[in-house]
Order: sequence, then structure tokens, then C-alpha cells
Amino acid sequence: MNGLTAHLEERRAGGRKLLVPYVMGGIPDRGSFPEAMVAAAEHADALEVGLPFSDPLMDGPVIADAGERAMASGTGPLDALELAAQAEVGAPKIAMTYYNPIHRIGEVEFCERAAAAGFAGLIVPDIPVEESESLRKAAGDHALAWIPLVAPTSSARRVADIVATATGFVYAVSTLGVTGARESLSERAARVVAACREATDAPVVVGIGVSNAAQAVEATRSADGVVIGSALVDLVLRSGSDAAREFLAGVRSALDTGG
Amino acid sequence: MNTRLIKPEGSVGVDGRFGEFGGRYVPESLMGALDELEREWETARADPGFTDELARLLKVVVGRPTPLYDATRFSERVEARVLLKREDLAHTGAHKINNTVGQALLAARMDKSRIIAETGAGQHGVAAATAAAYFGLPCVVYMGATDVERQHLNVVRMEMLGAEVVPVEAGSATLKDAINEALRDWVTNVESTHYIIGSVVGPHPYPELVASLQSVIGEEARTQVLELTGALPDEVVACVGGGSNAVGLFRAFYRDDSVRITGIEAAGEGLDKRHGASISAGEPGVLHGARTMVLQGADGRITEAHSISAGLDYPGVGPEHAWLATSGRASYQAVTDEEALVGFKALAETEGILAALEPSHALAHVLAHGGASETILVGLSGRGDKDMTTIARAGKG
Ligand SMILES: Cc1ncc(COP(=O)(O)O)c(C=O)c1O
Repeated sequence: MNGLTAHLEERRAGGRKLLVPYVMGGIPDRGSFPEAMVAAAEHADALEVGLPFSDPLMDGPVIADAGERAMASGTGPLDALELAAQAEVGAPKIAMTYYNPIHRIGEVEFCERAAAAGFAGLIVPDIPVEESESLRKAAGDHALAWIPLVAPTSSARRVADIVATATGFVYAVSTLGVTGARESLSERAARVVAACREATDAPVVVGIGVSNAAQAVEATRSADGVVIGSALVDLVLRSGSDAAREFLAGVRSALDTGG
Repeated sequence: MNTRLIKPEGSVGVDGRFGEFGGRYVPESLMGALDELEREWETARADPGFTDELARLLKVVVGRPTPLYDATRFSERVEARVLLKREDLAHTGAHKINNTVGQALLAARMDKSRIIAETGAGQHGVAAATAAAYFGLPCVVYMGATDVERQHLNVVRMEMLGAEVVPVEAGSATLKDAINEALRDWVTNVESTHYIIGSVVGPHPYPELVASLQSVIGEEARTQVLELTGALPDEVVACVGGGSNAVGLFRAFYRDDSVRITGIEAAGEGLDKRHGASISAGEPGVLHGARTMVLQGADGRITEAHSISAGLDYPGVGPEHAWLATSGRASYQAVTDEEALVGFKALAETEGILAALEPSHALAHVLAHGGASETILVGLSGRGDKDMTTIARAGKG
């Protein structure tokens, strides 16, 4: 069993809901990014690190702008991998990257670098199960868990094919749309989670649009955990790492007490 | 009229590949819609009810067949017989309408209630807005903020046709970013919306779908050239942005071994500076859902392209072109901004035709290198009204 999987399944077995915060590489700036990682990881079960990219087509304005800002100050996708290695964080790190940087330097080379930078898993939002076989193998060879996405529009057959590839957790996309905070959790989220549950025993984590403690609690009535992205990136940029830590402490305690 | 929808043999596999190019690299949310589109398109193209209606629309809405034009005075400068396939005379002034009418007909068949499109030069946006108006569907067009400015006439046209034009400020604020934004919209509204992509780019089945709808250009032209000259041309030349007018013209000649096929990319300020020549100067990569030739940095970030013509200002290219280049069936050359202006001027002076800046690249290539052939067929993909301000400014330079 992959290290990340074992880690998450052990926590889930202990009745804990999984909190997976998302930080953008190089944000709020190169110097303070390690501090932001440490703050975000403190109450986390795993930490997602976004690699800045020129054409982030699954991302809404908050994360897309953060990525542009990171790149403007010299943090590209591969720089972000290396920066992430600089911080000692308490939670396993997962790289979230678009496919072209991987394709460009080569799947094996990329996985080697990610593993060397201390990553334990990989999320690639623009590669469907049909195209990902060689990358999944490279990831597996470098002890990187493969975390595939299931969408509200995925057919039952697709869900089965997708979750069969999961080695860390399954990322259940809560709604149709790009990343960004939402007023409320989509009522589709529970249905996506249920579809995943039908097909796998792996942990199912809901992401896209989960913005606060109340929504996290609601999502984890069916799911094993949540990813919190845009709301956190926005907070890191506006108010800094301490505010981010405090916000996540609130989410953590809401998850632990059930609201 | 011949509306047989052709596929080049041995190119598109079941997984939508052109050799090692193409495929489907998109968020999972879109996979269902792409499967549906592929299925519906395969059924529609085999259904006479659909193909007959498409043939009718191409005739009465688009005004096909477009003429083949013997450019005798231009030919004198080239020292070869130059024949122009006049897509500039199609309704709305470019080849783009061949695709939008077909896709809008398909969208109506699929019961979609909303159309979105991206546009660079604005010609595809105008063509999409026109087709949407014809079918009574609301239409949103994403357009890079840079292009909104330099192709202002087309913005006004789209708005008059009832479309909503959304300027995109992200990235280079050109075609690439407009496609990103259109894809984001589609990810969000995929159940109600059909995305009419404007070139032979994007995830499978788009490159094949758009190429099939544009192949009417080459089918007509091949017949027209044979009628006029009694022989095939020695060379076929077209400009390549995403590559839809070019593939549309080229496909009819793939199996004619004697015919040289040449695609012209934008060399912009020069291949050592800013340009849009993805095949001449790019590397294999994944952009907008397909594996193709892409302008990119060593870490896979997409490079901003540049061309004086908005329609060629794109850091990728359709996978079918990447495949044609790799297989050697077509060759690709690049023409600078400055050379394109020379091509534009030459056609205006000799034939009284104001070409768009995109096909002016093809004209410039023919002016410089045409003497090696006897008969050259050139795709005149659109008319130049949209470019008058840009050209006037460049002239004052
Ligand atoms: C007149 C004209 N020609 C060519 C192009 C380039 O597109 P493609 O390469 O798909 O034909 C455009 C795009 O806007 C155009 O308006």
C-alpha cells in the first residue's frame, strides 16, 4: 500500500474526517511560501500544492490569478516543486499540476523530481483515465499516490474505471465548474460521493467550491474529507499565513465535533 | 453540390489520434459531453436528413460554392498561375461560417439551448453569432482583450447579431486565453451548452469534426481547378492558425501524390523573436485538450504567441497539421508580419481584392517562392475589412 493511502486510511479508521488544504506554489511570495505551507499543514491530513501554470483551465479567478502572480515573481511549475521541498511540513504533500509541464520534461523525470521534493501524491486535472496509464505507472514507480477526479457528469462505467486507478484517495468534484468559493455546497456533491462509494473503498474527498467550516461539515456527512482551495488561497494572499492557520483550525474543530 | 464528408484514410484512430497527435486531454467533467458529441456527429454525418440540410444551408446561407478565381495580374508577379479559392466571398467574409453552420445544425439536433465560442480575429465569432441567430440560439463569444481592440469592427458585428462578447484579460489576452475561458464556461454549463470551437484544435472529436465541415473548401476547389485547367495544381498553399481553412483545402489533395501541400505559419517579428509558428519552431506538447506542436518553455509553460493577424496569433496548431508535418505529406513555412503586408498590398494592387491578414501570409509566400511551380492553388480564407485599421497603422509605422 502506498504511504499516503496507509496514512489516510489509518486516520479514517480512527473516525477522523480528512482535511486537505490547497496552497499555491510561491504564494503569497517566494520567501513566505514555506511558512504558508507549514501553516496550512498544521491541521491537515494531507496538503495539496498547486504548481503555477500558464493555462489553468480548471481554475477560477482566485487560483488562476494567484498562479499568474507566482509566475510573475519567478515561480514556475518546476520551481514550485523545489520550493515545496524547503519546508518541513507535518502532512504528506500532493502536487496538483496541469499535464503539459509533466509532458514537457517527461513523465518519469517529473515523478522523480516530485518524489525527490518529498511529494507523496499527484493530481492532474486535465488528463482523463484513457490517457493517464503511463503517467500512473511512473507515479507508482516513484511512490506517488495517484488521485483521480470523478465529476458530476461521469457515467457509472467511467466512475468504475476511474476509481480503479486511485491509490491515495478519490477526488470527488462537487459541482460542474472551475475552482472558486461558492455560497453553498452543490447538492450534486453527495451524489458524486455516493457514485464513488458504489465503486470503491478508497477514501473519497470532496473538492471544488468548499469554502468554509459549515460546508466542510455538510460535505463530510457523505464524504471522508474535503479539499479547501480558493477560500484559503484568497486568505493567504489577503491576510497571511497566521490567518490561514486560524481559519483551518476552525474548520478542523468543526469537522471533529460535527459542526 | 458535393458535400461528402471525407476523412483522410489512416489518420484518425478510434481514440481520435492523428498519428501520435490529437487525443483528449480535458477535465473529467467534459468527457461525457465529448463522448456525446462524437456519437451524435458520427450518426449525423451518416444521416441524409442531416447532410442534405447542411448542403442546403451551405448553399442558401453561406452562398456556396465559392468561386475559384484566376488571379492573372497577380500571377505575373509570381511567374506561376495562381488560382484563389475565394472563401472571402462566403457569407460573413471568411471560411469560418462553413464550420459554424454545421456545428449549429448539430447543436440543434442535440437539443442544446445555448452556443458559446471563442474568437481571435473575430471572424469565427461573427460566424458563430450568425449561425446562432439563424437557429434562434443565444450566443456568448469569448475574445482576448487585445483582439477586442484590434478587431473592433467584428466586435460590433457580433453585438449587432445579438451575441454577448466577453473580453478576456488573462494571460496574453488573445486567442489562447479566449479558448481557456470558453472551456471554463463549457465545464460549468456543459449540459445545456454546445461549444462551437473555431478551428481544427481542441479535444477529439473537434479536430475531426471541424476538418470534415471545412473539407467542402477543398472538394469544391479540386473540381474547379480540374474544370478550369484540366489538371491538378502543382502546389496547394494556405495559412495556418489553428489550421481549419488549410485542412479544409488540403484534405481533398492528400492522395494526389503530385500535389505539394504547403502550410504557412506566422513568423511574426521573426522566428528568433515573437511569433506564432508552432510547427516550425515548437515542440510536442498538450494544449487545449490535444497533443500537438506547441510553443512552450523548458518547463512546459505555454509561450505567448505573436502575429500581426489575430487569427494566426496562437501558440498551438491542429493535431492534423502536426501529423501532416511529421509524416512529410505537407511542409510548413513561416512568413513575417512585414512580408504579410507585402502580400496584402500585392493582391490589392493587382486584383482589387482586400485580403485578410491571415491569408496575406499565404500570398506573401507564393510571391516569394511561387516561381518553382506552374499552377498554385491558394486558400483566400477571408476578406480584409477587419484589418484596415491595423494595416493603415502599420503603413504609417
Ligand atoms: C480569414 C481567416 N483566415 C485564417 C484564420 C486562421 O484560422 P484557421 O487556421 O483555423 O483557418 C482566421 C482566424 O480567425 C481567419 O479569420
